[in-house]
Amino acid sequence: MTSTFKMTLMAGAALLLAACSEEPPEASGPGGNPSAIGALDPASVAYFQQTVGDRVFFETDSSRLTAAGQQTLVRQAAWLAENPAVNVVVEGHADERGTREYNLALGARRAEAARAFLAAQGVAPSRLRTISYGKERPEQLCSAENCWSQNRRAVSVVAGAPTS
Amino acid sequence: MTRLLIALLLILPALSAPRAQTNDGALEITVAGGEFEPISLAAPGFFGAPGAAADLAQRIRGVVLANLEGSGLFRAVPPEAFIQQIDDFDSAPRYADWQAINADALLTGRASIEADGRLLVQFRLFDNFAQGQVEGLQFFADPAEWRRIGHKIADAVYARLTGEGPYFDSRIVYVHESGPKGQRVKRLAVMDQDGENHRFLTDGRQLVVTPRFSPVDQDLLYISFERGEPQIYLLNIATGQQEILGNFPGMSFAPRFSPDGRQVVMSLEQGGNTDIYVMELATRRLTRLTDSPAIETAPSFSPDGRRIVFESDRGGGQQIYIMSASGGPATRISFGQGRYGTPVWSPRGDLIAFTKSGGGQFAVGVMREDGSDERILDASFLSEGPTWSPNGRVISFFRESAGANGAASLWSVDITGRNLKRLTVPGAGSDPAWSPLLP
Repeated sequence: MTSTFKMTLMAGAALLLAACSEEPPEASGPGGNPSAIGALDPASVAYFQQTVGDRVFFETDSSRLTAAGQQTLVRQAAWLAENPAVNVVVEGHADERGTREYNLALGARRAEAARAFLAAQGVAPSRLRTISYGKERPEQLCSAENCWSQNRRAVSVVAGAPTS
Repeated sequence: MTRLLIALLLILPALSAPRAQTNDGALEITVAGGEFEPISLAAPGFFGAPGAAADLAQRIRGVVLANLEGSGLFRAVPPEAFIQQIDDFDSAPRYADWQAINADALLTGRASIEADGRLLVQFRLFDNFAQGQVEGLQFFADPAEWRRIGHKIADAVYARLTGEGPYFDSRIVYVHESGPKGQRVKRLAVMDQDGENHRFLTDGRQLVVTPRFSPVDQDLLYISFERGEPQIYLLNIATGQQEILGNFPGMSFAPRFSPDGRQVVMSLEQGGNTDIYVMELATRRLTRLTDSPAIETAPSFSPDGRRIVFESDRGGGQQIYIMSASGGPATRISFGQGRYGTPVWSPRGDLIAFTKSGGGQFAVGVMREDGSDERILDASFLSEGPTWSPNGRVISFFRESAGANGAASLWSVDITGRNLKRLTVPGAGSDPAWSPLLP
């Protein structure tokens, strides 16, 4: 009886923590492997994805940059200043809880929010392009908020840097 | 498709048949009400000389009955119930025998192969209670087009007995889906409205979405990611010829033809903001219709071409508005709980179909142009993207099921909410778009 009660308490605490976390981890790029980070070339695409953080997340039906998202974009702008030969395509995405055309428009808004922030941080507009994928390319596949929150994103895809 | 030659000659009543008592057909009924009893139809046979003609006659009869029963408005009387055994196209009906088994209508047909190789199909439709022939037509065609003759006959019977416009001789273009949820392969495909004659129009190398049929010919508009950013393409499905609609500074999407097929209304995005524009196809002249920081998309013309229904989040959330086809002020028409999008004006003008979301569900429904009489036709985890049959009587849409293994499927439903059914396609499908009636 006592142990069951403890388990319940712990699960409740975990839920609370999750609810307090304003953002999913910003730097959880594909293939992220902490033990490998030390070996990465700081000018590489992998470093940009895993250490700088290549993506920002949005609330439902919103294209407002969160505080955490703005911090990620500040780091992206600094990295882009260090790597002036690199160009960026900002991909805007939506979760599956919207109609297809609205989500294309929403993805464009999100991509533009990230693009405009990078430009305001001094990244030359000629280095920045946007594409909206709407709900066509989810990264997390479950149909629950913990996946949808990861899919409402703007991802900065860099070209012209070594891969790792 | 042009090989089908249709001679709309009225087949005269069989010599001994009594004349129809009413030319208007006593069976004509209103099928919009809440209570409805399907029309019972006896189709004793389509006759033909033994061999190819008899075989085609039977197959054409099968297509006719599948269409009519599939509409939900007809019920075929089982042959075991027949009292009169009709075994010849020119047999006169004994109406009392058909009345006795409650067969409202009687359909007979005949097929023959002509000396020039063409298929000739004739049919007669009798009203058993008015006691007379109410329809009779004959069709000439390449025998390979036998399915279309079946659709034409079903359309004639359906139109004559329900008073609705025809819709069976039409096609549906849709997006065929395969591959994992995060990397869907999407291909345009087209099929007859009953799922037959399925063929792919694109090879899957490019991501494509939201095809739209021209209301006047076999042109399609669709969205492809071929150039990276989504753009509108125009495709003639008869010739396979395709072109990009224009070189726009940002994304172009959400296209629909005007009712005369000469204009395209669409959304263009620039700097993250989406507005509605109309383009004249002949000159590619572009006119801006909305100008606000809101998302304005999913425009659809009224059948008279004078107004446009669209969705906008200018009021905070996604809602449906109507404006003049030349732009200007818009009136909001959706006021229910939740978000409303994807409005599509019925080809007969009486209703607007939409997608509604809220409470964890997505639904497809219809409302009048003033927002009244909202009726939800299907709700699920995701029901989206209605498209109208050419007669404005049936809606097709897609569902997508939840989860990593979720898949898209095509559905149709009568505008009364009856006769919900899944369309048969080879695999998963989304974004259906119904063609006009074929020429």
